[in-house]
Amino acid sequence: MGKVINIQPITRIEGHAKIAIHLDDNGNVSDAFLHVMSLRGFEKFIEGRAAEEVPRIVNRICGICPWMHHLAANKAVDGCFGVTPTPTGHKLREVCQIMAHINDKILHFFFLAAPDFIIGPDSDYSVRNVIGIVKKAPDLAAKVVKMRQLGQMMLERFAGKAMHPIAGVVGGFAKPMTEKERRSLLDDTRTLLDFALFSIDYAKTSVFPKYEDAIEHLGAINTGFLGTVDDTGALRLYDGHFRLMKGDGSLTEFPVHKYDKFLSEHVESWTYGKLPYAKCWNEGFSMDLDAPKGVYRANTLARINVADHIATPRAQAELEEFREKFGRPAQGTLLYHWARLIELVYACERSIELLEQDDITDTNIRAKVEPKAGRGIGAVEAPRGSLIHDYTTDDNGCIVKANMIVGTTHNIAPMNMSVRQAATSLIKGGVYDEGLLNKVEMAVRAYDP
Amino acid sequence: MGVRIAEEWLHSCSGCEISILNIGEPLIELLEKIDFVHIPVLIDNKYYGQLGDGKELRIPEADVGIVSGGVANQEHLEVLFEMRKKCKVLIALGTCATHGGLPALINEWGMKKGIDDYYKTPTTEPCEVPSEVVPKPLDRVYAVDEKVKVDLMLPGCPPNPALIAEVVNALLEGRDPAIPGKSVCDTCPTRREGKGGVSRVRRFLQNAQYDPEAPIDEMRCLLEQGLMCMGPVTAAGCAAGRGVPSCIRARVPCRGCFGPVRKKGNQMLDMMNALASNGIDWKSVVDRRSLLRFSGAHGLLKPLSARKGEE
Ligand code: SF4
Ligand code: SF4
Ligand code: SF4
Repeated sequence: MGKVINIQPITRIEGHAKIAIHLDDNGNVSDAFLHVMSLRGFEKFIEGRAAEEVPRIVNRICGICPWMHHLAANKAVDGCFGVTPTPTGHKLREVCQIMAHINDKILHFFFLAAPDFIIGPDSDYSVRNVIGIVKKAPDLAAKVVKMRQLGQMMLERFAGKAMHPIAGVVGGFAKPMTEKERRSLLDDTRTLLDFALFSIDYAKTSVFPKYEDAIEHLGAINTGFLGTVDDTGALRLYDGHFRLMKGDGSLTEFPVHKYDKFLSEHVESWTYGKLPYAKCWNEGFSMDLDAPKGVYRANTLARINVADHIATPRAQAELEEFREKFGRPAQGTLLYHWARLIELVYACERSIELLEQDDITDTNIRAKVEPKAGRGIGAVEAPRGSLIHDYTTDDNGCIVKANMIVGTTHNIAPMNMSVRQAATSLIKGGVYDEGLLNKVEMAVRAYDP
Repeated sequence: MGVRIAEEWLHSCSGCEISILNIGEPLIELLEKIDFVHIPVLIDNKYYGQLGDGKELRIPEADVGIVSGGVANQEHLEVLFEMRKKCKVLIALGTCATHGGLPALINEWGMKKGIDDYYKTPTTEPCEVPSEVVPKPLDRVYAVDEKVKVDLMLPGCPPNPALIAEVVNALLEGRDPAIPGKSVCDTCPTRREGKGGVSRVRRFLQNAQYDPEAPIDEMRCLLEQGLMCMGPVTAAGCAAGRGVPSCIRARVPCRGCFGPVRKKGNQMLDMMNALASNGIDWKSVVDRRSLLRFSGAHGLLKPLSARKGEE
């Protein structure tokens, strides 16, 4: 009998998971798993709730991306009640979503992922963290903390609650943006754009070049990708249609409300997380490293891969440089970090673009709403991937049935594959140390689960 | 060597941990005086040793332990017991930890039903419920103080970073923290005119009436506008350092995320009473049980079968 290495809990991620690496008698990896350890059952307990309350319930699915759940839910309830939000209602929702993306990317890159790169993957765990960065690079840390706080305060000032938001409502938004608010938000988003450009430059000059080998090989697998684009094929985070790309680059496109015709969820006995796959490829599901079936990835790298272009200039320039270097689709797992910074630039540019539009301060922010029976499917691109909420209501406008596919879930099968790939290639003949085990975790951290 | 802090999350969303980070720049100063010895969201300390070969779950000793999230499975229990054992002072952070929080809504069905049905959604392949390696669920969601002794409760969903900083500073200085003991209404600047001639409460399907250019104290109280607002029965806290309760600032009614203002209060019954004493028909509240959406632990929300005959 071999042994099992338990990396538990996986740290510097949002959520409860562990890695188990099984070694055979010779100390080689016979199998490796990522186990998702918890399940809360939101689908069940929103049953019976008045649908308009649900966007302020499901935001608690995730404390890092509550805006995403809040807005996907609002869209789903719009659908149930058959209401179309006013144009400014949509814009206010989008500007909040985009600002939340900015915060999330700063948090993930600098607080969760960067310690591996800035302090080093093999460094002692007691300093390999954001507190270590505060000590090692205090100027950088001070700047990062300040920028994240700026982003968070922006949302709080305008929308009351930055976390577990309440300002999005069925039919639109709960409060308009005053001219004064708009000007102060514009000032702040311009500051954040400068910081975004600094961040990607910093990463390209001081971080990524040191890890070229890892970027190419660590956790590398071959899969398809899922993301959202508009009719011109441009990257979209707030709305658009889904685009599924196979590893060979071929595309399948489908509207959000047909998601259940194209995607399906597989279940394994050893993880609470479901494993979505592309049913429409008609090849079934397999996590075989050499010949995976149905497996696609979501989140930053996926979106950057499926989009033909990005509609804002700085992010487009970054995309071109990225594509020149890594091709399309790019498969390297650590490239998620690079793609995250490209999206950070896009999110800053897009928020400025929205805030510069005249009708963002229009006071017609909420359409007339009447509760009724119906079905609504709402989606947005969350930091962690395509997020889908699907609700059915009764005559009183209360939820009778709900289904959700959450961003992280799409990546559960690929994360398992990346873990197995990383463990198998790093651990041989029973030889491993803490640094190696951390590298296996880095393969998971890239996905920002 | 600073004060040693261990932090853990149980049946949670990570929002409480983000609130710790949202202390922002003052946190950098605090880091001079405190040492995080364990906090999974930030630090790579592992339960079973750094090489993953330990036999027992271990968390380092600490002066202060902070736990977010309720208790819903065996692993949560194991982690919580270890935290209690290793920490001199234990703080329950966030409404999930103090009152069950939103995930305790599942107590209307029980954990088992919630999990079983999750694997029956239309996009899920026919399957058995996962049962290998993953921790076994408890029957329902518990607040932390139902399982271990808690020294300090700091509710909020999310909790207010200003209050987290206050608690940590108070512990460092060896004094009692200044935590508000009033209700959300007591911290709310909206204009109240006394009984508003409201006989029923409305669902939040139309925005409140107010002039967006005017200061918030010129907006009339949302409850007096006929909107269900749980400010009267909810613990203050969200307005600390911000001046206005968070939801009210967005002109949206309160839903009670800081838990009951009365110790061991029942937000549903208390709200019914508050409505009745203002001459408002409490039957006009749709889905009354959802008034317990943040505080369904402590046996307050029960499965339908168990509550038959109680009403
Ligand atoms: S109290 Fe709120 S913020 Fe904290 S873990 Fe629970 S849901 Fe998340
Ligand atoms: S009922 Fe709501 S709006 Fe009115 S004072 Fe209380 S918290 Fe403020
Ligand atoms: S107003 Fe009520 S629901 Fe909103 S943050 Fe404050 S306590 Fe929570």
